[in-house]
Amino acid sequence: MSTLFTLLVEPGFFTSDPVRTALIIGGGAALVSAVIGVFTVMRGQSFAGHGLSDVTSAGGSASFLLGINPLLGFLGMAVMAACGMELVGVRQARERDLVTGIVLGAGLGLTALFLYLDVTLGSTTGAANMVMFGSMFAIAPSTIPLALAVGLLALATAGILYRPLLLCSLDPDLAAVRGVPVRLIGFLHLLTLALAASLSAMTVGAILSTALLIGPAATALRLAKRPGAAMALAALIGLGATWGGILLAYNSFYWTPGHGWPVSFFVVALIFAAYLLATGGRRLGQRGSL
Amino acid sequence: MFSSFMVNAWIVGSIVAIVAGCVGFFVVLRGSSFAAHSLPLGAFPGAAAATLLGVNQIFGLIAFAALGVIGISQLSRRGRHEVATALSLVTLLGLGTLLLSRTTEYSQEVFGLLFGEVLGISTSAVLPVAALGAVSIAAILLLFRPLLLNALSPDLGEARGVRAGGIEFLFLAVLALATAMALPVVGALLVFSLMIGPASAARSFVDRPLPALFCAVAISLATVWAAIALAYVTDWPVGFFVGLFGAISYGLGRLRAWGRVAPRVRLAKA
Repeated sequence: MSTLFTLLVEPGFFTSDPVRTALIIGGGAALVSAVIGVFTVMRGQSFAGHGLSDVTSAGGSASFLLGINPLLGFLGMAVMAACGMELVGVRQARERDLVTGIVLGAGLGLTALFLYLDVTLGSTTGAANMVMFGSMFAIAPSTIPLALAVGLLALATAGILYRPLLLCSLDPDLAAVRGVPVRLIGFLHLLTLALAASLSAMTVGAILSTALLIGPAATALRLAKRPGAAMALAALIGLGATWGGILLAYNSFYWTPGHGWPVSFFVVALIFAAYLLATGGRRLGQRGSL
Repeated sequence: MFSSFMVNAWIVGSIVAIVAGCVGFFVVLRGSSFAAHSLPLGAFPGAAAATLLGVNQIFGLIAFAALGVIGISQLSRRGRHEVATALSLVTLLGLGTLLLSRTTEYSQEVFGLLFGEVLGISTSAVLPVAALGAVSIAAILLLFRPLLLNALSPDLGEARGVRAGGIEFLFLAVLALATAMALPVVGALLVFSLMIGPASAARSFVDRPLPALFCAVAISLATVWAAIALAYVTDWPVGFFVGLFGAISYGLGRLRAWGRVAPRVRLAKA
């Protein structure tokens, strides 16, 4: 039994500090992203979610310049971008995508500038890789309290908004008739999305955090009928993929000595596999019932 | 600024701008901003794959862009189009992180591929860009009418024998081609800034399709030229200026659209 265990989990996994930090922050980010992601997928705002998480990279790269905690940088930029998207304020889906794209383009331009300044002024050479693709084993343990606070705030907001947000997502006209402030709810959702995006940008990197946001939620929505069940399932898938990814990446240090495989790769691969399985499984199920 | 080592930058930059203007016109018209963002970003690990295999970068870029097109069109058959796009994108990027971690000498180039590196273009890179650019523009011109018809009225298009699914796939393929070409120049993250910024402004200034396309190309050329000049003077990354001008173009277009609608509204109220 113990040999099987050491086969699956290489020695030192549970005693290593970087791993513990990665498990806590990664798990929290996966949980929050999965829950918020269900609303995002239902509302058809995958692009906005992706845009917000991409744009956070500007904040992440600026944080190296300012010498502040990267999470604060990610967070500040995400909230600013959410406000920017809301200020332009367009309802029509096609036009909304365009606005998202423009904000995204401008934000990424800023990232380019900050990363360039990071290299020239601050001589932080690894910044581009860290901000874009994440490095979960290099998160400072001092980030944990802040990350947990942000995560709790996002979950609490999602909990308070649960019913009105669900109504707005499924039928905006009915929600308006029943006196729900549709626009305000939409903006609050965008803000919680910003919180979730910056948390996951911290773990798997700005351009990969979409995986945590959309992947588990889309998979869960294919399997579960009710929104609450979908959220629980999404959270499970997200947690499983993140912790599984961390474990595999830790083990990979032993597969190819001295050179580990990136955590982000394993997380994304697990999420994609889950989505494909869910799609295939549902097709089989449908065929069976016919 | 016009010395010999900058000549290639001006030539390649102009070709990229013309192609981005043409393709961008349809990106905006069809509302495919997300695909236009995902294909370049998903294609960029292709350059790392090509370096690992020891072949020309452009083949890796084309291969990964093709994977992106297949991913988007296959996954969106069952499920939402944007979810399919997002998942294809992150999967390609996930592969990218793996490839990037395999090559240690590659990390310096990541910045250039993401955000553009116009000042270091070799003469041997000009020809492939010109050839791919010509193919993309030819494809857009050939598909001009069916693309337009399908974007404006899919039903009428179907009635005239324009299959929506087929056109979507062809359009994604052209987008992928233009992407692979433009990527090493303006960078993965900003190819699409160049596509949607100028085109979104053009559509507010010009009503008829073909003149609007030319207007998009003109604004795109102006954006690239100004960006290269400013990048040369300040030594800041080209991508920053492209993103900035894209946002300014969109803002001007919105102002103009607002100015055109407002008088009519005022008349209606009076």
